[in-house]
Amino acid sequence: MADPIRWARYRWQRLISTEGREVSSSSNSSSKRYQSSKTASKHRIVIPCLGHFKEEYEKVSKLYMNNKIRTTKYTLLNFIPRNLFEQFHRVANLYFLFLVVLNWVPLVEAFQKEITMLPLVVVLTIIAVKDGLEDYSKYKLDKQINNLLTKVYSRKEKKYIDECWKNVSVGDFIRLSRNEIIPADMVLLYSSDLDGICYIETASLDGETNLKQRQVVRGYSEQVSEIDPEKFSSRIECESPNNDLSRFRGFVEHSNKDRVGLSKENLLLRGCTVRNTEAVVGIVVYAGHETKAMLNNSGPHYKRSKLERKVNSDILWCVLLLILMCLTGAVGHGIWLSRYSEIPFFNIPGPDGKLIPPALAGFNMFWTMIILLQVLIPISLYVSIEIVKLGQIYLIQNDIDFYHEKTDSTIQCRSLNIAEDLGQIQYIFSDKTGTLTENKMVFRRCSIAGQEYCHEENAKRLESYQEMDSEDEDSADAQYASLNHMSKRRGHNCRAVNESLKKKSLDQLSGSYPVAGRENSASDVPHAGHVAFSSRIETDVVPDTQLLEKFSQISSHSYQQSEDAVSKLSLETTYIIDFFLALAICNTVVVSVPNQPRQKMRHSSLGRMPIKSLEEIRQMFQRLSVRRLSSSPLPSIKESSSESPNSFVSKLSIFKMKLASPALDGAAQRAAEPHNPDSPENPQLSEELDMVNVAAGSEHHSAGSSVKGSSPLSKLCYEAESPDEAALVHAARAYKCVLQSRTPDQVTVDFTGLGSLTFQLLHILPFDSVRKRMSVVVRHPVSNKVVVYTKGADSVMMDLLGTASEGTKNSEMEQKKIKERTQKHLDDYARRGLRTLCIAKKVMSNEEYTEWLNHHFLAETSIDNREELLLESAIRLETKLTLLGATGIEDRLQDGVPDTIQALRKAGIKIWMLTGDKRETAVNIAYACKLLEPDDKIFTLKSQSRDVCALVMNKILEGIQKNTSAKKTKSQKLGNVSASPTTQAPAFSAGLVIDGKTLEHVLHDSLQNIFLDLTEKCRAVVCCQATPLQKSVLVRLVRNKLKAMTLAIGDGANDVSMIQVADTGVGILGQEGMQAVMASDFAISQFRHLRKLLLVHGHWCYTRLTNMVLYFFYKNVAYVNLLFWYQFFCGFSGTSMTDYWILILFNLLFTSVPPIVYGVLDKDVSAEILMQIPQLYVMSQKSVAYLPSTFWITLLDAFYQSLVCFFVPYFTYYGSDIDIFSFGNPINTAALFIILLHLLIECKSVTWIHAVVIVGSILFYFVFTLAFGATCKTHNPPSNPYWIMERHMTDPVFYLVCLLTTCVALLPRYLLRVLQGTLFPSPVMRAKHLDKLIPEEQREAIKRWKDDCVVNCRMEFQVTSGSSSSATGAVSEEESIASVLPTSKTPLQFCSRGGLVEEVSLSDIQDESGNTNSLSSERTVFLNLSKETNSDSYGSSNCCAKVSQRTSEEGKSAISLAGLNTEQV
Amino acid sequence: KPDNTAFKQQRLPAWQPILTAGTVLPAFFVIGLIFIPIGIGIFVTSNNIREYESNVFMYYGLSNFYQNHRRYVKSRDDSQLNGDNSSLLNPSKECEPYRTNEDKPIAPCGAIANSMFNDTLELYRIDNDTRTPITLIKKGIAWWTDKNVKFRNPTGDGNNLTALFQGTTKPVNWPKPVYMLDSELDNNGFINEDFIVWMRTAALPTFRKLYRLIERKNNLQPTLQAGKYSLEITYNYPVYSFDGRKRMILSTISWMGGKNPFLGIAYITVGSICFFLGVVLLIIHHKYGNRNTSADIPN
Repeated sequence: MADPIRWARYRWQRLISTEGREVSSSSNSSSKRYQSSKTASKHRIVIPCLGHFKEEYEKVSKLYMNNKIRTTKYTLLNFIPRNLFEQFHRVANLYFLFLVVLNWVPLVEAFQKEITMLPLVVVLTIIAVKDGLEDYSKYKLDKQINNLLTKVYSRKEKKYIDECWKNVSVGDFIRLSRNEIIPADMVLLYSSDLDGICYIETASLDGETNLKQRQVVRGYSEQVSEIDPEKFSSRIECESPNNDLSRFRGFVEHSNKDRVGLSKENLLLRGCTVRNTEAVVGIVVYAGHETKAMLNNSGPHYKRSKLERKVNSDILWCVLLLILMCLTGAVGHGIWLSRYSEIPFFNIPGPDGKLIPPALAGFNMFWTMIILLQVLIPISLYVSIEIVKLGQIYLIQNDIDFYHEKTDSTIQCRSLNIAEDLGQIQYIFSDKTGTLTENKMVFRRCSIAGQEYCHEENAKRLESYQEMDSEDEDSADAQYASLNHMSKRRGHNCRAVNESLKKKSLDQLSGSYPVAGRENSASDVPHAGHVAFSSRIETDVVPDTQLLEKFSQISSHSYQQSEDAVSKLSLETTYIIDFFLALAICNTVVVSVPNQPRQKMRHSSLGRMPIKSLEEIRQMFQRLSVRRLSSSPLPSIKESSSESPNSFVSKLSIFKMKLASPALDGAAQRAAEPHNPDSPENPQLSEELDMVNVAAGSEHHSAGSSVKGSSPLSKLCYEAESPDEAALVHAARAYKCVLQSRTPDQVTVDFTGLGSLTFQLLHILPFDSVRKRMSVVVRHPVSNKVVVYTKGADSVMMDLLGTASEGTKNSEMEQKKIKERTQKHLDDYARRGLRTLCIAKKVMSNEEYTEWLNHHFLAETSIDNREELLLESAIRLETKLTLLGATGIEDRLQDGVPDTIQALRKAGIKIWMLTGDKRETAVNIAYACKLLEPDDKIFTLKSQSRDVCALVMNKILEGIQKNTSAKKTKSQKLGNVSASPTTQAPAFSAGLVIDGKTLEHVLHDSLQNIFLDLTEKCRAVVCCQATPLQKSVLVRLVRNKLKAMTLAIGDGANDVSMIQVADTGVGILGQEGMQAVMASDFAISQFRHLRKLLLVHGHWCYTRLTNMVLYFFYKNVAYVNLLFWYQFFCGFSGTSMTDYWILILFNLLFTSVPPIVYGVLDKDVSAEILMQIPQLYVMSQKSVAYLPSTFWITLLDAFYQSLVCFFVPYFTYYGSDIDIFSFGNPINTAALFIILLHLLIECKSVTWIHAVVIVGSILFYFVFTLAFGATCKTHNPPSNPYWIMERHMTDPVFYLVCLLTTCVALLPRYLLRVLQGTLFPSPVMRAKHLDKLIPEEQREAIKRWKDDCVVNCRMEFQVTSGSSSSATGAVSEEESIASVLPTSKTPLQFCSRGGLVEEVSLSDIQDESGNTNSLSSERTVFLNLSKETNSDSYGSSNCCAKVSQRTSEEGKSAISLAGLNTEQV
Repeated sequence: KPDNTAFKQQRLPAWQPILTAGTVLPAFFVIGLIFIPIGIGIFVTSNNIREYESNVFMYYGLSNFYQNHRRYVKSRDDSQLNGDNSSLLNPSKECEPYRTNEDKPIAPCGAIANSMFNDTLELYRIDNDTRTPITLIKKGIAWWTDKNVKFRNPTGDGNNLTALFQGTTKPVNWPKPVYMLDSELDNNGFINEDFIVWMRTAALPTFRKLYRLIERKNNLQPTLQAGKYSLEITYNYPVYSFDGRKRMILSTISWMGGKNPFLGIAYITVGSICFFLGVVLLIIHHKYGNRNTSADIPN
């Protein structure tokens, strides 16, 4: 981003928009609700600001806001009052204001009136200046934006003139050129693009760098010339301004009352940039603050950390203490006064000469005391906390370990005030895709027509990439890399291929990212890659040899073109063709050529081909694609000639195919040779193609241009909305089915086997989370039939399958068989952790289509319940699909994820995985990333109804209880006290897997508690097929019910709600835009960074801030008590023995900097040790440093120290002729030493900065008091510290008093720390010892620690939390679990009745087919592989051998796994 | 990319004190060894004070007199006392209700001045029934800075204090105006040392104030020889109303002020405690210390 401030402004927009999306898409009911709440009268009517509408325009549009924006909070005039008003919303400030006012009451006045104002004024000024500066920068930015120029149509001059943004108003016509920023929300009326398309870049709005298409309003796109505003005579009616970026509803009403629907596709949003389009014209519908962008621009949210809440509660204690002390003063004063029968002459009567009665005097004294002892409530604490947090954030942001080379990004801290919460996390909710995995979707395998193609070559390629990756990271994972090597050597005999691939990939890697030629836009966005989803690993797919062979048949057969050849074309071949067409078409990928930015690939040369034998070709294709799918009658040939040019072109392309195919025959065969690392753009191949084309000699211009495509083609850039889409398009491309261009109404695919096909694009039914699928409706160029290609999750797709009505028995059978086999493949993919998609198609007759279209049109034009209607319409379309096949896309684990998860778990953090993926996929990824361990017991919840769900959970709980109680008796036999079940972490490990449907039941109020009980017993929870809403509900549930600190981490828009709900939201700078990042508090680039962020920075931040806060309490209490003790010797009259300037400055200046330095820099244990011993995290997680007792001990110590500090000088000077302020001076000086040295005792590491600051503070104190003493004769009544310090500096007693006082005061704390360090060293202490060791010893010690410290730590914290256990007890418990679990063959067996879950231990499951073995054996294989290389050759014969081998082993160990649930309906 | 500096990466070289018995042992012994001799030194010095060999200081002491009462402490006008002429005639409001009397500004105003101690003490040595008065020096009892900087008489033509204090009235309780406190010009008016001493308000309700000096005549005899003395007090100052007591103290002072055994005893005690703790820690160190320094984790 060129403009970070503007960036920050928009950061909230997206997140609200996703919420909106959820509302509109996730459930019908909510959209209904919305609908009912909205009435038609609220619609906005936009009328062009031109002559013939003038009156109406004045009436309507003038009421709407103009485009001037003001985001500043203050103006010059209202700054002071408004800022003060804002600041006094803080209770602390109000309190100090109250004190100031109180001091103006003569009866209770304690200090000079002005002096109490000082701290408040200082704090207010600092904050006001900060606010002012912030606001000023906003103001400057506003001004800059308001004065941007744009072309607005002027009625007077009859042309577009330059106008400032602020002068644009609703109804204006605006003309924008390429790369201009859109000044207001407007409806697109004209685009220079022939198809009426305008590309916009929304990076400034949501950070997504890919271009979005916008379309001219229907009816205007046909116009050849630019729209003339003068002739525009329509009115636009649309909804009132709202902040939903993903929705726009309205219609254009022409003068003849014709209505044309408007959607978000027609709306250009303010803040976006026009790209690739020469000129556009639009009419403004929302301006200024009413634009969607601005409406989304809500203020930043404020999260308050747990520690801060605790601090606030402790401040309340301080208030109580203050009141107590003041009451003591008041009562004491009353008693003291009433002791005198006469007026003693040191007691001055009131102004009227009469003495105030003791009771009233006591009352007055209460308030005086409050003023005097005000410092007890630390005003400086808040300011200090803010500063310390800033410092901590600064250090986190500068941590070089968070720097990720590949994306050139480091951590972003978006929330400044919850850094210490990172140290207290108990639950992590993690997204899977893009968070644990790389979100680099790599096409792995596919199944077409029930036949699997496992793409072995591709797997090898990936392996070599991975190797490069791990070598690239020169991180400590050397072991990992060597493992890779080993496995490689052992596994494959085709090293030569590997070598060559390695070389190749090396080159590619060194060339870093493919440089896309985007001049302006790319530089704007710092983190996203230049082109989304196009790293080499994703784009280069090595085709499967078997499949490639089949491809070659297609071409050759079609070349022969003889009758019998056509008949030979098997069903399978048609499936294959359709499958790849679907891959290439069924998406929203935007095609561009990098060198000529965003220029659309087009075939301009039409009509030069002779139209001959068209029928032939069509006939051929017909048989090829349609024949056995549905036996619908052949379309009449007559129809064809009356088609639009588009279909005409497509017909031509079929012809091209014919020409090109002979060349392919040979080429494809070459490509099919084994171990040929053929990239899709083999230069040789294209060369040959060209040659053949030339040889063919006919009108080959267009043919040449299409096939020559292979060189420009290689530079085609695909910009997809999701990486899956990109992966599929690239996969299709590898098979020479190349998506060449995409416009709103046509898609061109270069199918090398068949030539260039141009499909007329009729509809795109986009993906949504309810349908879980997307469809495109196209008119097939050859058959001229309407074809629907659908891809989606298998769970929904399988239910939509069905044969066409006229289907023969035979084909039906075949279909069923394909479905079964595909389902098997799908399950297999899922078990391997692949993401699965089903591809299906449907051929519609024209009548069917027309019927559907009518309904759909109605849905499109309705304003109010459009979403709902569109959804219904989509569902109506997507029925009776024919299954083509399935794809498996791999999403590799990010580096270091298993290590990180293990470390976090050792740190006592529970990790939940919430994903939208299938259960099998989720479980396998969970295993791969060590979230679940091989000997974990897995419970799967999968029920249809709530009651069943409750029953199952109860059963499981019972089972666990039984298990634990069995263990308990065992451990008791050993003579140890067992831990109480509530505090004991589940020592035996269980995992819970639950899916989205069940989650709905479980989240019901009645089941929440039992569910949470259950999850507490499990060490990992995997929620699959969860919607974004469910994710956030889960997080909220855990957060509220368990009162646990939660962290949510995710990378996509679907994680936003969860990130916002959690105490700490972490976004991953991933591939899916910036939404998650913008909603997050911290944004990191890799999951593994979480480890350091939590274990090191979280621990540090928490410990530091805690210690600093405690120190602040101590400091204030200790200092204020000095004054309090003096009250006992001055008749509770509120005298202070210290000059009040020094009193005020003591907190403000002399002792303010050291605690801040302490809070920012203190380091109890080094980062290395914290990383290596995650158990230390428990210290901060359990708030060991800030238990309630710690607070009271601190206060007690403060009391003691103040007592010492007061009474040592008191006894020293007792009965002497010392005066008040000379008495106060040694007390004050000693207090300074005590307070600063106390800090030194508490400091865990002292750097030169600490030293400088502490010495500086002391020096500053002396310089100040000496200077003050030397100059202030009479200006500071009554104290006038004239020459007091100077005299004391020459008096040895002063030094002796200070020395003694300091030593005596600090002795107990010092001794306490020493004894603590010696007798009861905390884990942190012990870890600190490790720091001092030489590296080798350290390594040894850490190893030892790892072995047995888990137990120790756990024990210790049990002790602190009140339950007792012993280390050996815990050990034996763990051992016993280890022994108990494997021996119980069938630990839990539920009868499966009415949708119950059946828990089956693995040994019972014997899959009938040899290929797909039982789940857990597969899993083990997967695990083993992932340990070694993460990706290996699945499905190959040697893999199968492994599997069977494993099976026998697994059968013995009998680890139950509920992956396979037999549902009985 | 963040800078790889020691500060930003939090790798600053640091002293990381680990407080265990072993490491702090020396500190305790050192404190003990330093404190005990200091304490003994102070104790001895303090106890030697009674020998009236050098100048003897004569104090009056008051008890239960709260000179540190907040409003009492404030009830003065420092600029008036500093000789500011406008303040002389228009004293600060803090002096209320001792600011004016019969519409005339009081000089010196305020409660402190008004309640000035005005007994006179005279010391006689009784030698064979003859009373020889002991010379009591009344100058040099106030802080030099007070007498010469802080307290100034009003300025004007000539040195006639009566004229300079024209237009003011005496404090209510005083028998005579401020310019008649003493006969000597440099000890009269605001710079009268008895007055200055009184104006330096005592920190605690039981206090003493320096009254007179008895100078040592020669080096051969003590300042006050052993013998009978009589003290004559002109009683002016009522203390009954606040249940007060008056005292007269004769004392010499050492380098560490008047006699007070507290500091010495405290030092000795603290030193001993530290020493004792040192021993205790030594034992602890021998018993438990090893396991930590060797970083062995107990099982």
